[in-house]
Amino acid sequence: MATDSVKDVVLSPVFKNNPIALQVLGICSALAVTNSMSVSLVMGLAVIAVTAFSSMFVSLIRNHIPSSIRIIVQMTIIASLVIVVDQVLRAYAYEMSKQLSVFVGLIITNCIVMGRAEAYAMQNGPAMSFLDGVGNGLGYAVILLIVGFVRELLGSGSVFGLTILPTVQNGGWYVPNGLMLLPPSAFFVIGLLIWVLRTLNPEQIEKTEYRIVANSKAKIKETANV
Amino acid sequence: MASNNSIKKTLIVAFSLCVICSVVVSSAAVVLKPKQLQNQALDRKSNILQVTQLYKPGDDIEEKYAELITPRVVNLETGDYSEDLDPNNYDQFDAARDPATSRTLSGDDDIAGIGRQEKFSTVYLVGNPDDPDQIVMPIRGQGLWGLMEGFLSVRGDGNTIVGLSYYDQSETPGLGGEVDNPRWKAKWDGKKIYEDGDFQDPQIQLVKGGASGEYEVDALSGASLTSRGVTNMLRFWLSDEGYAPYLARFHDDSQGGA
Repeated sequence: MATDSVKDVVLSPVFKNNPIALQVLGICSALAVTNSMSVSLVMGLAVIAVTAFSSMFVSLIRNHIPSSIRIIVQMTIIASLVIVVDQVLRAYAYEMSKQLSVFVGLIITNCIVMGRAEAYAMQNGPAMSFLDGVGNGLGYAVILLIVGFVRELLGSGSVFGLTILPTVQNGGWYVPNGLMLLPPSAFFVIGLLIWVLRTLNPEQIEKTEYRIVANSKAKIKETANV
Repeated sequence: MASNNSIKKTLIVAFSLCVICSVVVSSAAVVLKPKQLQNQALDRKSNILQVTQLYKPGDDIEEKYAELITPRVVNLETGDYSEDLDPNNYDQFDAARDPATSRTLSGDDDIAGIGRQEKFSTVYLVGNPDDPDQIVMPIRGQGLWGLMEGFLSVRGDGNTIVGLSYYDQSETPGLGGEVDNPRWKAKWDGKKIYEDGDFQDPQIQLVKGGASGEYEVDALSGASLTSRGVTNMLRFWLSDEGYAPYLARFHDDSQGGA
């Protein structure tokens, strides 16, 4: 692992090993904050900052963390960073933080952040861990922006708040798809995205872990006898 | 690595981590607090200016606010201005939580679904405070998903609406969330609240399928419950329970003037 190149560490989570599309982590916040591009962008930046710095700090003290409390130590670091990010957003991007409301705080529970701290930062140096955090945050942000693009375009007819398809409510011709503004639509968009990615990269398709065995009457009889 | 797992080391790491993190978090909170409060105040001012429709994009909010707006505290029961409370410091949301400065609403009285109501409310007067062009009043009430908070602005006669705008709501995007749509908000301009100077009984309401007359505004399509919430909160805040005693003053004044 120590021989990872910088480029690999930053770029592989964006396309090849995407935390949302391949590992299917961090889905809940991806559902909630992707109804417009600008919100997705700020959320992506917040997650990049938290993942990068939490990985770096965890990596810095990795040789001193007692394994019995390592998860708590990681959580404490992550939670502190999230609160700092939340405070900064409230001070410098007030409008945005009002829209993101509780979801900034919920970065704490985003599995990507903790996953990188536990899986990568505990074994690697601070600089590489920082870059790994940036890469995974980027992977998250890219998916968020793609989903945000689809949802904002089809749901409100705009991109970054600029009108592309004038909606009926504003005197245009486009009847917006209300479903796209609601969280469930992100499920469909992410699902379709994963389908596309796995069709392009067949090695991402997971092996079926188990097969459902057909029911047989003999078996039921056997259990009944026992 | 074995020494890392000793009880002593575990306690030392846990304790020092807690100290460092708490220092970082609290200093961030303290350092950024003034900026955040300033943002909140600015946000409130910009919302007030927007509902008066006097704000144009690019205006300096602080400057325009200082030029146009005079806040006053009103006793909701009598409709008189309060001399004791400083409008710049009075926080009616705090007051609404404190049993000493608020009252419990229950059952049929509480059509807006707010539970407790403060006894004094801040109003924002546009222009000359003794004969205002507009009166901006904070209102709030339950929508479909949660509390909707906003401002209602009426002209100096206490009866003609200028605008209604919500600064905090969590209604369904695209349906109830259309309360934020400028085209819908524009429909409020010029609507009347009370019929024949009867300040007991506000007539303004949202109606489905084409509003007619000056007491009706089109309901939001696909958002019956949000529309009902808006009607209820207007009925509540414009009734005797809310600003009616205060607004009635302006009616008398304008008659006296004529």
